[in-house]
Amino acid sequence: MIEPLKPPRRKNPVARTRQPTLPPAQRSRTSFGLTAAAAEGRFALQVCVECGTVQYPPRDACCNCLSEHLPWQDVSPWGELQAITTLHHSNDLYFRERLPWRVGLVRMEAGPVVVTHVHEACAEGERVRLSLRLDRAGQAVMVAMPGRETPHMMETPLMRELTCDPKFRRVLVTDAKSEVGQAMVRALLAAEASLVFAGDPQAWRHNAGYEALLRDPRVQPVLLDVTDTDSVDRLAGQIGGKVDILINTADMQRDGGIMYQRDVNVAREIFDVNCFGLMRLAQAFGPAMCSRTADGVNNAAAWVNIMSIYARASLPPRGMWSAANAAALSVTQCLRAEMRPSGLRVVNVFVGPVDQEWEQRTPPPRVPPANVARAVVQALQQGTEDVYVGDVAAELRDRLADNPKAVEHELGRG
Amino acid sequence: MSNATTASRAGYEGVAVTVPVTVPYVRYSIRSAHWWIGKALRELIRTAGVSRSEVDGLCLSSFTLAPDTAVGATQHFGLSPRWLDHIPMGGASGVVALRRAARAVQAGDASIVACVAGDTNHVDSFRHTLSQFSRFAQDAVYPYGAGGPNASFALLTSHYMRTTGATREDFGKLCVAQRENALRNPHALMKKPLTLEQYLNARVIAEPIHLFDCVMPCAGADGFLVMSVERARQLGLPYVRVLSTIERHNAFIEDAIQWRAGWAVDRDDLYALAQVGPEDISFMQAYDDYPVINVMQIEDLGFCAKGEGPEFIRRNTFTVDGSFPFNTNGGQLSVGQAGAAGGYLGMVEAIRQLTGTAGKTQVEQARFGMVSGFGMINFDRGLCTGAAILARSDA
Repeated sequence: MIEPLKPPRRKNPVARTRQPTLPPAQRSRTSFGLTAAAAEGRFALQVCVECGTVQYPPRDACCNCLSEHLPWQDVSPWGELQAITTLHHSNDLYFRERLPWRVGLVRMEAGPVVVTHVHEACAEGERVRLSLRLDRAGQAVMVAMPGRETPHMMETPLMRELTCDPKFRRVLVTDAKSEVGQAMVRALLAAEASLVFAGDPQAWRHNAGYEALLRDPRVQPVLLDVTDTDSVDRLAGQIGGKVDILINTADMQRDGGIMYQRDVNVAREIFDVNCFGLMRLAQAFGPAMCSRTADGVNNAAAWVNIMSIYARASLPPRGMWSAANAAALSVTQCLRAEMRPSGLRVVNVFVGPVDQEWEQRTPPPRVPPANVARAVVQALQQGTEDVYVGDVAAELRDRLADNPKAVEHELGRG
Repeated sequence: MSNATTASRAGYEGVAVTVPVTVPYVRYSIRSAHWWIGKALRELIRTAGVSRSEVDGLCLSSFTLAPDTAVGATQHFGLSPRWLDHIPMGGASGVVALRRAARAVQAGDASIVACVAGDTNHVDSFRHTLSQFSRFAQDAVYPYGAGGPNASFALLTSHYMRTTGATREDFGKLCVAQRENALRNPHALMKKPLTLEQYLNARVIAEPIHLFDCVMPCAGADGFLVMSVERARQLGLPYVRVLSTIERHNAFIEDAIQWRAGWAVDRDDLYALAQVGPEDISFMQAYDDYPVINVMQIEDLGFCAKGEGPEFIRRNTFTVDGSFPFNTNGGQLSVGQAGAAGGYLGMVEAIRQLTGTAGKTQVEQARFGMVSGFGMINFDRGLCTGAAILARSDA
C-alpha cells in the first residue's frame, strides 16, 4: 500500500526556503543517448548492429563483438530485481537531504545488469519494469517500477522528484483565453492542480469559455499581456513566489511568408508575443521559480513552452510565424542552460497544426486543443521534456532526424 | 572460462620479497600522496641499506597522485629506474605489484624493485575519488544515491545473505576477531575493543551494511622490495619466497550479481604451481573492505565449499592465536583503508609473518601464507582479483 500524497501545509512566511541541490550530473558523452530517450519518455539502450547484444552502461564498442555500431533502440524494459539496499548515508548533498534512499540491481531480460533507483513498491526477487526518467539534474536515470500499476504509485517521494506532476501545484497558464489555454486549464484541474492562474491578455474581450472556467474556485483570473513588460512584471510581483509550474500558451499565429510582405510590422508583432514575450516571462518569473525548486511538496517544478513544430523547420507559407517559433526554441535552449542549476525543468512541447480558428484552411490531421493540454499534463506527470503532439509533429521529428535536407525542400512545396 | 595450464608457467624460484614498511596511517592528512609515497621509499632504501640508485625498478599504486602517475614520481623522487610500472588496481595492487616485480627480477630487467602504494586523505578527497572513480561509475552508479562502495557491497551482501543464510552475527564474528587482532598492532587506527553486541547495534549505513562493516578511509603508505634471493642474502635481509600467484579481471561476466570472483577461475592453478594446498596455509591475509568479500575469498580460494562460508565462520576463531588466523594485523576494517595502500596491507603483514617480524601479531610456526586481493568496483562488481602464496625462506 502506498500512502497517497498529502497536500502541502501553508508555507511559514518567516522560514528559510530550502535551496536547491542537484544529483550528480556528470556523464560521458555517449550516455546522452539515455538522456535523449528519457526526455521523450522512451526506454532505449544501445543495441549492436552486428551481433544484437544490448549494452549497458553506455559503451563505445560492443562488449560482445567490439563493433562500434551501437545505435539506440527501444528494448524490453523488464528484469528481475536481484538485490535492494536502502541507503542511510550518502556522499552527495542532494541524496543526504532525501535519505533513506533505495537503490537496487536488476538483471534485464534483454541481458544487461543495471544499478537503479527502486520504487517504494518493489521487492527483492520481483519482476520489475525499468523506466528511464530525467532526474533533477536533467540527466537520465533508471527506475525500477512495479510490474503492475499500483494506486498512488506516482505520488511517492522518489517519483515526485523525477516528475513535475501538477497535483497540489499552482500553475500559471499565460494565455488562458485561447482555445489551447482553456483546454489547458481544464486539464490541469482534472489533474488536481491546487490553483490555476488563468492569464487574460485582453480584459476588454468577452470570451464565454474563459468566463465559464472562472466558476471553479481553483481558477484565479490574472491580467497578463506578454507584450507589455509592465504587465508581466506587475503579475510576477503579485504571484511570482506562488507559481510552481508556468505554461506559456501565448501565441500569435498569422499567415504569410517573408519576401512579399511590404514591411516587418506583422513579423514584429508575432515576435513580440512568441519570442520577446517568452523572454519577458523568463526575466520576471524565472529567478523566483528557480529559487523555489526545493520548496517541499509544491516546489517550483517546470517551465513549459508550447511551440509549433515549425520551430524546427520553416513552413514557408507561415514564414514569419515559423521564424518567431524558431527564435523561441533558441530562447528555450538558453533557458534550459540557465535553469538547469536550479533543477527547474524546461519542457518543450512541439505541436502540429491545432484545430483552432487560425488553422481554418489547414487540411487534417489537426490536433484538438484538448489533446495538446492532455499531452502537456502527461509530460508533467511522466517527467519528460521533449514532447511532440499530433501526427504531423511526430512525423516531422522523424523526417528531420532521417533527412533534414529533404524536409527543407518538401515544406517549401507548400 | 578455463584456467591457465600450469605446465606452461614458470615458477618464482630465486625471487625474494623483503623489507615490509608501513608509514603509520592517520585518519586525515594535509600532505599529498607524494609525501606519503616519499616517506615509504625513504624507509625502504634506509632499511635495505642500499643507495637510491640501486633501486632500479619502481612499481606504484595510488588513487590521489593525480595529475601524476609513476612517471612523474620518478622525477619527484629523483629516481632513475630502468623498469617502471603503475598499477591502478586498488585492493589487488599488492598481489599484482608482486607478480610484476618478481618477473622483472627473474628476467634481469631490474635488480631491486620498490613496490609502494600510498594515498593521502583530505577531508573531502574520498567523495572526490568516488565521483570520478570510473566512467561506468560516473554514468551508471554514482547518480544512484552516491552511496559509494557501501551501496555496491550492500547489494552483494544482501544477495549473499539471502542465498546462503549468512547472518549479521556471522559477519560480526569476523569483524570482532579482526578487531581483536588489531589490538596487537600498534599501527591500527582502531584502538578500542569491539564486541558483537556493539557490532550488531551499530547504526545502519546501507542495509544490510552497518557501521562496523565499513572501512574507515585514511592516509598512509605501505611498501616492500623485490630482489633476488642472492641479493637479499648479501644485504642480510630476512625475506620470503613466492610459491605462486594468480590474477584475473572481470571474471564470470555472465553472473547477474557478484557471488564469486576470479579466484574461483584460477584457484587450481594457484595451488598447483605452489605445490601446497589450502590445508597447508598457516594464515590468510584477505582484502577486507567489507566482510562479505572476506567470505567470498575464503570460499573461492578453496578453504571451504561455495556457500559454506557461514558454516566456516562458525567453526573458526580467525584470531592470531586461534584457528585460521585471518587478517592478523586487524585488516583494513580495524587498521583503516589508506586508498591503494589497502591493497598492500595484507602483503606487508604476510612478509612480516613469514620473516618472524610480526611482533605481537606473530602467528606461531607460520610457514605458508595466503595473500589475496580484490579491487575496483568499476560498475556493479569488483573486477580485479589476485592471490599469492608466500613461504618462509627456509620452508
